[in-house]
Amino acid sequence: MGTIPEPFAAWFAARGWAPRAHQLALLRAAQRGESALLIAPTGGGKTLAGFLPSLADLHANPRDGLHTLYISPLKALAVDIARNLTTPVAEMGLPIRIETRTGDTPANRRARQRTTPPHLLLTTPESLALLLTLPDAPALFGGLHAIVVDEIHALAGTKRGDQLALGLARLAGLAPAARRVGLSATVAHPDPLRAFLSPTARPGDVRLVLGAGGAEPTLDMLLPEGRLPWGGHMGLASMPEVYRRIREAAVTIVFVNTRAQAELCFQALWKINDDNLPIGLHHGSLTVEQRRKVEAAMAEGRLRAVVATASLDLGIDWGAVDQVVQVGAPKGVSRLLQRIGRANHRLDEPSRAVLVPANRFEVIECTAARQAIAARELDGDPPRPGGLDVLCQHILACAVAGPFLPEELYAEVIRAAPYAALSRQDFDDALRFVEDGGYALRSYDRFRRLFRDAEGRMHVKSAAVARQLRMNLGTIVETPLLKVRLRGGPVLGEVEEWFISTLVPGDCFIFAGQLLRFEGLDALAAIVSRGGEGEPRVPAYAGSRMPLTTYLAARVRAILADPKAWKALPAPVQEWLRLQRHASQLPPKDGLLVETFPRGGKWFLVAYCFEGRLAHQTLGMLVTKRMERLGMGPLGYLATDYVLAAWSAFEPTGVARLFEEDILGEELEEWIAESSMLRRSFRNIATIAGLIEKNHPGQEKSGRQMTMNADLIYDVLRKHEPDHILLRATRREAATGLTDVARISLLLARARAGGIVHRALDRVSPLAVPALIEEGREWVAGGAEDALLAEAAAMVEEVTGGAELFAETLAEVTDGIAPRGDRDRPRRPRDKPREGGGRYNRFVRHAPKGLTTSR
Amino acid sequence: MIAAPIHLAGERLMLDPGGYVVWPAERLLAVADLHLEKGSAFAARGRGLLPPYDTRETLERLALALRRWKPARLVLLGDSFHDAAGSARLPQGEAAMLARLLAGIEVVWVLGNHDPVAPAGLPGVAVEEWRLGPLGFRHVARPGAGGGLSGHFHPKATMQTRAGGVTRPCFLADAKRLLLPAFGAYTGGLDIRDPAIAALFPRGGRAFLRGGDRLFSFPTGPLRASVPRREVATGTAPG
Repeated sequence: MGTIPEPFAAWFAARGWAPRAHQLALLRAAQRGESALLIAPTGGGKTLAGFLPSLADLHANPRDGLHTLYISPLKALAVDIARNLTTPVAEMGLPIRIETRTGDTPANRRARQRTTPPHLLLTTPESLALLLTLPDAPALFGGLHAIVVDEIHALAGTKRGDQLALGLARLAGLAPAARRVGLSATVAHPDPLRAFLSPTARPGDVRLVLGAGGAEPTLDMLLPEGRLPWGGHMGLASMPEVYRRIREAAVTIVFVNTRAQAELCFQALWKINDDNLPIGLHHGSLTVEQRRKVEAAMAEGRLRAVVATASLDLGIDWGAVDQVVQVGAPKGVSRLLQRIGRANHRLDEPSRAVLVPANRFEVIECTAARQAIAARELDGDPPRPGGLDVLCQHILACAVAGPFLPEELYAEVIRAAPYAALSRQDFDDALRFVEDGGYALRSYDRFRRLFRDAEGRMHVKSAAVARQLRMNLGTIVETPLLKVRLRGGPVLGEVEEWFISTLVPGDCFIFAGQLLRFEGLDALAAIVSRGGEGEPRVPAYAGSRMPLTTYLAARVRAILADPKAWKALPAPVQEWLRLQRHASQLPPKDGLLVETFPRGGKWFLVAYCFEGRLAHQTLGMLVTKRMERLGMGPLGYLATDYVLAAWSAFEPTGVARLFEEDILGEELEEWIAESSMLRRSFRNIATIAGLIEKNHPGQEKSGRQMTMNADLIYDVLRKHEPDHILLRATRREAATGLTDVARISLLLARARAGGIVHRALDRVSPLAVPALIEEGREWVAGGAEDALLAEAAAMVEEVTGGAELFAETLAEVTDGIAPRGDRDRPRRPRDKPREGGGRYNRFVRHAPKGLTTSR
Repeated sequence: MIAAPIHLAGERLMLDPGGYVVWPAERLLAVADLHLEKGSAFAARGRGLLPPYDTRETLERLALALRRWKPARLVLLGDSFHDAAGSARLPQGEAAMLARLLAGIEVVWVLGNHDPVAPAGLPGVAVEEWRLGPLGFRHVARPGAGGGLSGHFHPKATMQTRAGGVTRPCFLADAKRLLLPAFGAYTGGLDIRDPAIAALFPRGGRAFLRGGDRLFSFPTGPLRASVPRREVATGTAPG
């Protein structure tokens, strides 16, 4: 069976191609009616492998009706694949119709697709969810033979993945005969992906097909000329070398880690672009039109380079890219490999990639990542369990599709892998939430959305509820964004509303590759003009930085602890580590090194935890609380991906007490409940579950006019019904993703097992320097907004000298400030914040000097 | 709780951090935008089943205010109910609680856009506009025309602090006009730089942000012109 049928064999032969082993393996699996997961690197003809069995079947047995459903995480990808498939199908003269269906599909085509469906329908998880709510879904999907899920690794473990898994479970009911095909990039954990794809949630029911590994990528590390930076993450010092690499290659993608970094690198490259090379910019905040323009220019070979964020991690194959540059730390091996794979989508040629670390720690991280890739080891966490908010939305969507029996729906839901462990209690609570809000103390009996008939079937109460659900379907919730519009010109993109709230008219900032001056707000947008003076700022996005993976962190620790491994490092870094060994010691592979030293009238404590920034932030709060209790007078802390640094009024002694496992107790629970991170995730959960609507039929939201604030609802719900299902969902989510509590317990356990080494030093150690020059400090009173406001108000008073209209008021107001002890008053950072005096903002970085000229 | 005194048209008023204003000379307490029964209004219109505890929460806050100042008069500056049918939807317990709160004081319901009719079955008078001495009480302030107290806009403002901007509901005042923050549990806010609010304060005013036990104030500077609000921005901390 090592062949493929005609006319496919001839078509392959005409191109001088031979079918690949994994393409044949998928054909065989399809013939046996088996589901299969194909894991292969990019460039392996993966998509064709997914479709080949369907094409062969339709060629052998031509018939009408929907045969294969293809789901991709990206609209653009679905459209691109449709285009790429149409060509061979036309060339072989196959009677096969291929169409896409996304949010952009015009209404008349959508209607036609329902009456005369294409053979192959290419869509997204959101559009599938919508299709499943239609009354004719059983007719449409009843004859389905195959479901192809592309980029499945990017969906599993996300809320979109949860929604898709629930949709697949639905489809299994409508089309029990349909086999499934998953296409994935190389991942560390194939089994959870098999389970995700499986109709039974068991990995064993899905055949695993591994594509041949591609050629080993060529991976260089590029250091800036001159001094190797101690701190910073932007990598701007290396831009001259990056520019040289761009000039030498035909087409380069310069990947960076954040949108702010993208803007800055783009500016820096253009500043030295003496050859006027066409270099573009691509990130998620630019308008869709702009992104499409850049992508099209790239595909047509009109660009020499594009500076991009994760917005280009997935998607369309441009073929011609022959070099990938990663500026800044890679943060994870799998992510780095996927990025590298964007160069040269041809399997037999090695991808060429260049790593550009921005500081000394990142040099070690890059080295660790290169070694991991050479050892063919991958990282990544197995997908987390499905969200209860997505379940709530799904339950309502099922009711909209038609009446259901709760026990039958429960049985269906737990066949979706993310919900395999869902308890009946949680399901019932979700159902009750959908029905009447699920409030214990007072119900909305009159306003139920579902009702139960005599047989116990749940029906949706009105057409209005159905309309409402369809308008709000989906799991992507955006933070409040504000359009940025040129005065009298086009919209340039969107930035987060809070960033705009930090601007005053006249401020300038870098966005969409331009230097812009903030003019003011109108009802719907921030109005800007080109140019501007003064130090520009760069919109950063809260929580946009990925933390270092556990796996890569372990490799970094191993390199540090083993002087023999230093040979792989550049000379300045080796020298740095030798200095550290001399002045203090190196962090052990197991256990925890903690240094304390005085500096500038304060005491510093630096713990080398290596558990990623998120975990360190949470840990910083817990450790400083403990320091407070032990009378050390903590003043503030800072979290990087590698270390936690805290500073205090008194010398920290007996540091082992600060890292005992019981710090994960009550205080954590209390802090988590108050933290703004939790409020953010409640907002998303409430929106997805349908408590707050994104869209309301017949009502266009008029910009930012007094929108319902999720924070207010959160406060009321917490006070009156702390165990409500949406609060439970919020806490669960916080415990995994947002606060990385799991990694903290890992660290504390490691510290207990391996021991805590405390080094009391006279002064800062070489390894601690990068942390001390890092931005993004948290003050112990960081959560105490009132204290910060008091300080700011006092500042205002001083500046205005009481000569204001409200002199008397002001005096009385400020007189009324209760005297505060030194300890709980927030402090200014040790060194003055950079330009801008009191306006230091931990999310907003100032652009380096010399970037004020626009290109 | 430290209330901040201001002078408005020659009268001395106290801004309470609780989000309402007191006129001690007249033993008057004014509060704006309670939006009672907003949760049930949303539920009735199929706009989501919000936690049905907002009215209780708002009334508890109002009870605190009344206990603290023991006013003889309570002026509600409009949008007291989220919709015209709101008062009829009050659950029994909440209705009784509201009746208890209003007993024995003179109540003025200024009508708002959300509640254009007098609430059913509750004591007090309902008016479009109410005056006492030099002060007018309206739901929506009119640009240019006279001063006084009003609500409607749910003003909020952002103050820059060392650790980033902090946004809170706020009072906004100049020499003759006072805008009250919304008092209800489910009331969001509108930035004072929004043109709708800025038009009322062409030369700016002073914003008083609500804090836990006091207000935090700063002069806004002109809200619309491009003259930067640099007062906070360039401020350097003492020491």
